Amino acid sequence: MQLDPELLSRLQFAWVVGWHILLPAFTVGLASFIAFLEGAYTLTKRPVFLNLSQFWLRIFAISFGMGVVTGIVMPFQFGTNWSRFSDAASNVISPLLAYEGLTAFFLEASFLGVLLFGRKLVPPFMHFFAAIMVAGGTLLSAFWILATNSWMQTPVGYEVVDGRYFPKDWFEIVFSPSFPFRFAHTVSAFYVTTAFVVLGVGAYTMRRGQSPAEGRTMMRLALCFLAIFVPLQIVLGDAHGLNTLEHQPAKLAAIEGLWDGGQGVPASIIGWPDQSAERNLDEIAIPKLGSLYLTHSWNGAVKGLKDFPADQRPPVAIVYFAFRIMVGIGLAMLGMVALGLFLLARKRLDQTQWYLRLCEFTICLGFLAVIAGWTTTEVGRQPWTIYGLMRTADSVSPSLTGANVLLSLLLYVVVYLVIYPVGVSVMFGIVRRGPSASDEAPLIASGHPKSPIEAALAASREGAG
Amino acid sequence: MQPLDLVPIWTGILAIGVFLYVALDGFDLGVGMLYNFAPDRDARGLIMNSIAPIWDGNETWLILGGMGLLAAFPVAFAIIIPAVYFPILLMLLALIFRGLSFEFRYRDAEHRTFWDHGFAAGSTLAAFAQGVVLGAFIQGFNVQGRQFVGSSFDCFTPFSVFAGIALVFGYALLGSGWLIIKTEGALQDWARALGRRCLIGTVLGIGIVSLWTPYANAGIAARWFSFPNIVYLAPVPLITAGLIWYVWRSLNDRSEYAAFFASLGLFVMSYIGIAISLWPMIVPGHFTLDQAAASPSTQAFLLIGTLFLLPVILTYTAWSYWVFRGKVRSDIGYH
Repeated sequence: MQLDPELLSRLQFAWVVGWHILLPAFTVGLASFIAFLEGAYTLTKRPVFLNLSQFWLRIFAISFGMGVVTGIVMPFQFGTNWSRFSDAASNVISPLLAYEGLTAFFLEASFLGVLLFGRKLVPPFMHFFAAIMVAGGTLLSAFWILATNSWMQTPVGYEVVDGRYFPKDWFEIVFSPSFPFRFAHTVSAFYVTTAFVVLGVGAYTMRRGQSPAEGRTMMRLALCFLAIFVPLQIVLGDAHGLNTLEHQPAKLAAIEGLWDGGQGVPASIIGWPDQSAERNLDEIAIPKLGSLYLTHSWNGAVKGLKDFPADQRPPVAIVYFAFRIMVGIGLAMLGMVALGLFLLARKRLDQTQWYLRLCEFTICLGFLAVIAGWTTTEVGRQPWTIYGLMRTADSVSPSLTGANVLLSLLLYVVVYLVIYPVGVSVMFGIVRRGPSASDEAPLIASGHPKSPIEAALAASREGAG
Repeated sequence: MQPLDLVPIWTGILAIGVFLYVALDGFDLGVGMLYNFAPDRDARGLIMNSIAPIWDGNETWLILGGMGLLAAFPVAFAIIIPAVYFPILLMLLALIFRGLSFEFRYRDAEHRTFWDHGFAAGSTLAAFAQGVVLGAFIQGFNVQGRQFVGSSFDCFTPFSVFAGIALVFGYALLGSGWLIIKTEGALQDWARALGRRCLIGTVLGIGIVSLWTPYANAGIAARWFSFPNIVYLAPVPLITAGLIWYVWRSLNDRSEYAAFFASLGLFVMSYIGIAISLWPMIVPGHFTLDQAAASPSTQAFLLIGTLFLLPVILTYTAWSYWVFRGKVRSDIGYH
């Protein structure tokens, strides 16, 4: 069998970005949660908020570190495997990527040290301020990366010269048509992911009975937050879907598994999309429902996959199932939240062992939904790297052979399969020791800089003494 | 009105960024390599402490360097990076492994020995891979149009592998200079002894690369050895020779800072030497800086934020080095 460098490069990109995205999916939400806890502590002075903030900061330090090192890999992929894309598109996208790097550097250099190590050395409001800046920094990183991605999905504000893309209007490029929807939907997804982790860790803490106050607070905060954000996320997802219908109709047709367009199209619930037969096997569909939720009219017109040449359709089955996994998880989340609120209203939340156990299992839900959603949008963009303009097949580095990429992919697989289990087990160790464990020493031991402020104070004390 | 030409500004920013990366991550990669030879457990703790507060900040310059190249000279990025596919892969994997080894060795005490070795091996491999990239870059690439069309293994030549080994010694020399600054007593003597061996390796590396490059490339030979260039350029080898003598002396007397900064001087001179050999090409033999430059609009858009953020980052970096100055001691370490 001939090894295809394009396919293997896509798999490699999916592998490194898939693992990487799990970390921002967690740290973006966690940074905001920590900022909230710091604010709550500054206002109320209740020790439970302080304990929780310190506890989650220990976990944040590890996951942020893993996010940085796996993030270094990403920009180099554009060069190693997608050099023709880099040559064609970099006049437009490279400043957005570079701003992401500068932002992350700025954030890490300036405020993370204060947040991690400066508790006793700066006034509480300064510590709160540092937490807000770190949270804002993670959001800004997400902003630039998603602006880059959105431009590739819905390119505007460019001109083409000799097959390469040049900027015409930076505002249009940064705020491309899919960007506001993608940004809102993704950040909300990251928040929901983090809240399910907090909910599950809270339930675990409750069940072990080691820090009941912290466990109760975590579960209640997470449930109240999710009660707003899970429904909101579904609304945002719907809006993003309608945006896709407008700008990327072939992707939407793949999501829907809709082969024959027209008026009053059905909604495919489940089936097996057969790309070569151009139909869904064993399908369960509801007539006219598709038009209703896509166009808000029973007879609205929607394009089907057959309206696009076969070589301009994404791999339908992957997009179709990834989307259904995402939506299914969303519905399961809704059920978990409703159940939790019901138990909370009946004042049985803390005693219902099976629900606490269930919460521990649902820690992974957000991560799975993020991966499924990412797969939907990225595979749905195929066969293009720049939607409708530049094909993935024309983007790959010309010098690569299939064997080259297979080798590099295998090495990435091996290394990631070592570091992720270790990272997770280290974080689990922190969870097992619990929120009331002593905060002495471990953070500084992580190898991150001790706050320069702390060192400066120590130095001045030495000087004075 | 003729818009301002930003190419020289971006050339300067990129040159400084790459050099800062080489200088800063160079010494902490070097410390990571020497770490494996540490006499005992206490020494290993001190060595770790000497770079704990700064190493991850140092590494971030790599992203800025890579992104700066992509943004300011995109076609150079699109040619060079795929041409050094495997060295870049090895470097990235080594840096991941090294960074996480640093994190995990404190948190995963059961496997500390494994992570210790991971840290040292990752540091060495990353340094070697960067040297191969440098060697391949000096040799040039097989380019057609705007793309690299050679094979992914072209970059591994005797010259580039030699450059990889030379850079390992060079970084280790910087690392030993750093340890002389940060330690005292027996450990400092140990760092001096290692530094002397690293200097011998570094001098051989610089010398052989300096002769091999013009030998392999007639254009570069003409640039250095024709009259009157040979007179104007004579200070480069002369200053380098002076610096080598000075590093050797500093490693043998009691001075604490001289060895590190004179070693950095050797890196500056090598850097200048390479720049003279290749100027004004950014893809040797194919693209000059001007030809490879991104559109003025792209360079301007990124310059706005860079001119604001870069001074802040530089100030903070300098400040944190100032704050963490002085010797590391086992009783008041960073842990």
